Amino acid sequence: MVIITVDMEKCQNYGQCCFEADDVFALNGDGQLEYVKEADESRRADIESAADICPMQAITVDKK
Amino acid sequence: MAASVVVVGAGLGGLRAAESLRAAGFEGAITVVGDEPSMPYNRPPLSKEALSAGVHVAELEFRRKPSVADVNWQLGSQVISSDLAARTLTLADGTQLAFDGLVIASGIRPRRLPIPGPETGRHVLRTAHDAMNVRNYLTPGRSAVIMGAGFIGCEVAATARGLGSEVHVVALDEQPMIRPLGAELGLGMRSRHLKHGVDFHLGRTVREFLGGDHVTSVLLDDGTELPASVVIEAVGSVCNVEWLQGNGLDLTDGVLVDQGMVVHSEIPIVAVGDVARHPNSLFGNIPRRIEHWNMPTETGRRAGASLAALLRGEQPDQGPFSAMPAFWSDQYAYKLQSFGMPGIATSIQIVDGSADDACIVEYCDDTGLVGVVGVDRTAELAPYRKQLLDR
Repeated sequence: MVIITVDMEKCQNYGQCCFEADDVFALNGDGQLEYVKEADESRRADIESAADICPMQAITVDKK
Repeated sequence: MAASVVVVGAGLGGLRAAESLRAAGFEGAITVVGDEPSMPYNRPPLSKEALSAGVHVAELEFRRKPSVADVNWQLGSQVISSDLAARTLTLADGTQLAFDGLVIASGIRPRRLPIPGPETGRHVLRTAHDAMNVRNYLTPGRSAVIMGAGFIGCEVAATARGLGSEVHVVALDEQPMIRPLGAELGLGMRSRHLKHGVDFHLGRTVREFLGGDHVTSVLLDDGTELPASVVIEAVGSVCNVEWLQGNGLDLTDGVLVDQGMVVHSEIPIVAVGDVARHPNSLFGNIPRRIEHWNMPTETGRRAGASLAALLRGEQPDQGPFSAMPAFWSDQYAYKLQSFGMPGIATSIQIVDGSADDACIVEYCDDTGLVGVVGVDRTAELAPYRKQLLDR
């Protein structure tokens, strides 16, 4: 499994991650980031792309 | 013997290119040469939160993928010349470095203007070291004169006001950030800065710096004299390409590359990031340098894959490069975000809100929508981004 952690103090809700992996990251109606904390291994490449492109570098991707 | 790659430049583009080489199956040695002493770190905070709260470069370092754990980082070292046909680079200390494949990731540096007067007290803001120097001056009651009203100038102005400094912005432009944002939103951003006490001197240039050993004031072309504890020069950038001269490359504005970021296919060379003048199929394939934060990642990914293919003796992917340029800026509590290339627009329209409040601005040319900017409307930009991707 891919374990996803977002540092919500760093996150500024720019939503760049949503364009890389929209099944994992989304901005809600108030424009705040919501995300799932675990994803299938097959989603790793897109989730790592989301972490790479986060302007605040707030996303950590781990393995379980 | 396995092929080796040298990456010149240890910024975000160099890191992403190295990671992409590994992702594309390249298993040879990778050496990254960087002129700063630090591992690749994130620069945008240097004009914002890191400048405000204190610069700790270790906290700004990018997380590096495990695949690049074996990369040889040659930091605090500058490449001064190259003989690409012989596949050698020369470092400032005279050592030569041989390569089979080369990544040009040498980036840009701030432009300096030849202005008479003392040099001490004049600063630029590109590196963590620069930010540490500037930070020492930004205290209540001291005066900062910022030359240039682009994003860096305006972000530093906002940060300096937050730290209690008196702030003057001097720029030839008619409005702050006019080139990327246009006059109307530029004026809107100016009114936000005015509300926070920034003093603008637009349409003006600096004639001379005054003071003894250290700048104490700045004399403008209209005779105005501004007190200055520090001068921050944010008047554009220059490409770090001098080390590539003499090899017959097109260096007129950065390094010209094709859609695969390939500079040269017989000698496997690619270029990435701020220095790569690359085509983008979303915007007519006209080669342009795009100094947005996401481009080193996007061009680095593509370049690493291309270079790995060339080193295997294969043709790189010939498909179009169509990464979406994106930028953001924090000034006070305002958040700007953009997709596309608003700077190439010929017509600009505020489609929702107003320029001095939360708003969405559309940028068009004769082909249709080329860019969008939102101020405090981030979550609503996705449909515009999609429209830009479908161009």
